[in-house]
Amino acid sequence: MKTLLVGECREGRLSDSAAELFGFANLLGAESAMVLVGASDDLPCFEGRLYFADAREYGEYNPEVHKRLVLKAVELERPDAVVFMHSSYGWDLAPRIAAAMRSAQVSSVTGIESDGFMVECCNGKMRRTVRPLTPVVVLTLQPGAFSGLHTDGVPDMLMIEADMTSPVEFVRYEPPPAGGVDLSRAAVIVGAGRGVGKKEHVELIRELAAVFGGEVGASRPVIDAGWLERSRQIGTTGQSVSPALYVACGISGAIQHLAGMKGSGFVLAVNTDPDAPIGELADLFVVADLVQFLPVLTAKLQQ
Amino acid sequence: MNILVCIKQVPDMEARFIPNADGTWFAETGLAFRMNDYDLYAVEAAVRLKEQLCGAPEVTVLSIGPDRAVEVIRKALALGCDRGVHIRDPYVTERDPWQIASMIAGYGRSRNFELIFTGMQSQDRGSAQVGVLVAEQLGIACVTTIVGFSWHNGTVTAERELEGGTRGVVRLKSPALLTCQLGLNTPRYPTLPNIMKSKKKEITSLLSDATALPGRLSSVTGFIHPERNGSGLVLQGEVSELADRVIAVLKEKTTLLSRGGKR
Repeated sequence: MKTLLVGECREGRLSDSAAELFGFANLLGAESAMVLVGASDDLPCFEGRLYFADAREYGEYNPEVHKRLVLKAVELERPDAVVFMHSSYGWDLAPRIAAAMRSAQVSSVTGIESDGFMVECCNGKMRRTVRPLTPVVVLTLQPGAFSGLHTDGVPDMLMIEADMTSPVEFVRYEPPPAGGVDLSRAAVIVGAGRGVGKKEHVELIRELAAVFGGEVGASRPVIDAGWLERSRQIGTTGQSVSPALYVACGISGAIQHLAGMKGSGFVLAVNTDPDAPIGELADLFVVADLVQFLPVLTAKLQQ
Repeated sequence: MNILVCIKQVPDMEARFIPNADGTWFAETGLAFRMNDYDLYAVEAAVRLKEQLCGAPEVTVLSIGPDRAVEVIRKALALGCDRGVHIRDPYVTERDPWQIASMIAGYGRSRNFELIFTGMQSQDRGSAQVGVLVAEQLGIACVTTIVGFSWHNGTVTAERELEGGTRGVVRLKSPALLTCQLGLNTPRYPTLPNIMKSKKKEITSLLSDATALPGRLSSVTGFIHPERNGSGLVLQGEVSELADRVIAVLKEKTTLLSRGGKR
């Protein structure tokens, strides 16, 4: 079996997730080549073919141009699987490659089964197995699902080229707002999730955090609702944290949030839904309504 | 100017899911259905653009699904879409993303939509494929995961959400398809007058033609409730007692409460 791994590069930096792509290929027992629109001074180290286009020439991610480049590598390599990370790059580009090849795509793969690929569904509460019915399959891998493999060596570089016209023009990057709260050093973080229910209840989260001398964090829905400032968001698109204690209040545990807090020491979850995926990471899971439970816990901790 | 919004009806994610008879998806019994969260932002983006252009664009909202899918079309009409299209397909859950995209592209192909909005993914399947596949099948430009959108004389400026909170700003000309991320805007609530008005809006009902569908590219087996790997302790009961037990566990397993309850 042959895999073509699709590496990612932003602003001249190769993404660390390349190791997960190699880890996955290794698990499949597959031979792997990589295609990368990247920087010549930050290349992946492995033994194999690297189909390469220089980002200094091709610019930052452009779907139409990258589609042509990856398809060029597919044509030369003739792989059985084209493998992306399930990232803003991967979920954008993979379906375009799959469509051009009329191939099945399996998104956010978390495991390999005898008859297909395991994926999460229903907000991470359920799993299912998707079996590709086409000779070649396009995959995107759930970040964190496969252990990274450290590879060494110098790849054989094969330069690829493509037409650079595109209907989409990259303008610029907009960095996240500066001057926010740095949650990365907090020893205790109390995280607020959708289950908090309304803005007034955020006060219960603050009070508990204060007892511990900790910080308040939040999952995406709370930020989107405007209940807390964006700099307190924990997850893929927010901060990654690793406190000694993480208290997840009304957080269901979407994979994007878990990715940001899985380095926590002890995880206490408070949720009314005993099936919430946060249970996967929780050392202690309290099935309760946080509006009733938190004030009592806070009062007892103050004593 | 014509705008298309593609929406999906999904179960409430708080529900307890039980596999159906053949183990490929959830059994529908007891589930409450509503509009996919991401699609609410797509509807809002389309309605806001209509307002920006003084009502000129006609906004069509499309959903594929069994009879119940008409409920989310009605909601979108109450939120300001002009007309609805319901592609009735009782077997929708057996279709793969390529087939779903084919149905949408089939509807859109001859109708010259200048903009198509979709959610970036559905909450139940979460493949994040259908929007992009529609654009590819129609041969139009596509930007995914947008958290910012503006329109000026046929030019779209969109902000893509990238890892670490960075945004990638892109510019493109219509026709285009945009997949919407949570937080793109603040979706409105339907008002009573708008709900009343929406009852007069037209919903075209089309029957999906299975014979015209391309073959599926993937199939699904083994829809299961994952086994908990977490070895965590689960506590239930009366809140005061729960709090005592939580404190006892924290004292035992962490050093955070070792000095008089405070660090």
